[in-house]
Amino acid sequence: MTGTWKPGSRAAVIGVPFFWLTVFFLLPFMLVLRISLAQMDGALVTPLLTFSEEVLTVRIHLTSFVQLVTDDLYFATYLVSVKYALITAVICLAIGYPFAYFMSRSEHRWQPALLMGVMLPFWTSFLIRVYAWKSLLEPNGWVGAPIHASGIDEVLAFLGMIASPEQLMYSPFSLVLGMVYTYLPFMVLPLYATLSKMDLRLIEAAQDLGATPWQAFWRITVPLSKSGIVAGFMLVFIPCVGEYVIPELLGGPETLMIGRVLWDEFFSNNDWPMASAVAVVMILVIIVPIAIFGRNQDHAQEAS
Amino acid sequence: MRGERNTRFFSRLWMALVFGFLYLPIVSLVVYSFTDSSVPNVWGGFSLRWYQALAMDSDLKEGLWLSLKIATSTATAAVILGSLAAASLHRFPHFFGRTLFSGMVSAPLVMPEVIVGLSLLLMLVSLQRLLGVPERGMVTIWLGHLLVGMAYATVVIQARLRDLNPQLEEAAQDLGAKPWQVFFLVTIPMIAQALLSAWLLTFTLSLDDVVLSAFLSGPGATTMPLVIFSRARLGLNPSVNAIATVVVVIVAIGVSIASYMLAQKERRRSREIAAAQRFK
Repeated sequence: MTGTWKPGSRAAVIGVPFFWLTVFFLLPFMLVLRISLAQMDGALVTPLLTFSEEVLTVRIHLTSFVQLVTDDLYFATYLVSVKYALITAVICLAIGYPFAYFMSRSEHRWQPALLMGVMLPFWTSFLIRVYAWKSLLEPNGWVGAPIHASGIDEVLAFLGMIASPEQLMYSPFSLVLGMVYTYLPFMVLPLYATLSKMDLRLIEAAQDLGATPWQAFWRITVPLSKSGIVAGFMLVFIPCVGEYVIPELLGGPETLMIGRVLWDEFFSNNDWPMASAVAVVMILVIIVPIAIFGRNQDHAQEAS
Repeated sequence: MRGERNTRFFSRLWMALVFGFLYLPIVSLVVYSFTDSSVPNVWGGFSLRWYQALAMDSDLKEGLWLSLKIATSTATAAVILGSLAAASLHRFPHFFGRTLFSGMVSAPLVMPEVIVGLSLLLMLVSLQRLLGVPERGMVTIWLGHLLVGMAYATVVIQARLRDLNPQLEEAAQDLGAKPWQVFFLVTIPMIAQALLSAWLLTFTLSLDDVVLSAFLSGPGATTMPLVIFSRARLGLNPSVNAIATVVVVIVAIGVSIASYMLAQKERRRSREIAAAQRFK
């Protein structure tokens, strides 16, 4: 490598971002952990360490965590968050896999334009696009009207995705729709990346050896795109668990998610330790998916 | 061959449906920003009344101005810090705390925004109690956006650095360039495209953010997404459609200028490569 960096400049290149991240990411994070083990004491939180009369006392309040475990509301909310994040990721995969597959198999000169088409909505405000669904799903909206006219609303109500056929908004249906809409590109892009790199001769070989196109797809293409599937799934699932804006705009009373609970603990109840404890447990919920994602990325990088 | 034709029909249909799904909300926003009705999903004839309303709407205008200021400074700082972080990870395979460092760089990418917002706010509040600064407002929002933006910028720039041909830098050094000259005269021009994409990406992320801004804003620092979010929560609001259209137009212009510039640059480069090969 280009070797002769002066030690001073090397330290600066590493040091500046390292220092920055330590102060603004690691430290705040430690603080959340510390506050989750405290209690509110007026407008302040109780100190962790006190020193008086030559006694050093460490005071760890587990109040918030005990409450998290014993109050069913919290458990139910974590469950709801994971459930809708899973449903969203599965639907994104079902829509996104065929899409990415067809995209990667379309004519080469069209592919950059198609890719651009997937990315372009990213560049326009996500908040505004989610807001747009509100009017689309109104009974007289562009999407709401056909759903009501075709009787799909009855099916959705039967499946429990909406409370009654008249109301599409503020329901599990509108929530999942909004999350699928927002996170679909996060599924398509990693899938497209793996599918377009795939060696097509493998499929030809399989077909020469007598596999039907369908067999070749399930036994060659799908296993080879596993890293894309895992990456896309995690990129949708992880942020959906902690999602706040979409449930707030499109969700209803039965879709209370954990991001909202954290928000309320902090802003409405002013209970910092509880909000911090909710955050700590949320991290525990997503740490396994994050680890799977990280390992998957490392493997994919080694393979390429 | 009939099967193949069916497949092709089905693949086109599927792609058309998905693109329809992705673009429908944007199209409807733009269309209904020109309606003459006070309900934003009823077509009451063409009018510009919502743009006039927007021009009078000082909350939204001030919010947009503040958001643009924050987004510009976020993007610029994120690209600088992101370049440093990407260069550290790329150049120096061994240094103290490298694993921690690379973890910290990418963690904000997957961390739920509510957690990033909460942790930063708790720290800033504690800091404020100790030192009296910083006041919550533009600067604190900028700090939050920068944290997440830097992670995105690092990923984009690092990916480009990985694809670079290290021989070019070595050649420059062999020809007597100092490390900083190599960096500014060889490395930077080669990664310019990634720097631009990283800038645009972090700019849009910042311009769009609700959650971090809500945690970190103070009185008098209401960004455009915060204004839009509080109105959208209450119901439909036609002036939101108008500002949405303005944002869509700004972004469309920005993206087309950027892609035109990149295409030009690409063309120039392939011409130069072709010219260089003729001398072989």
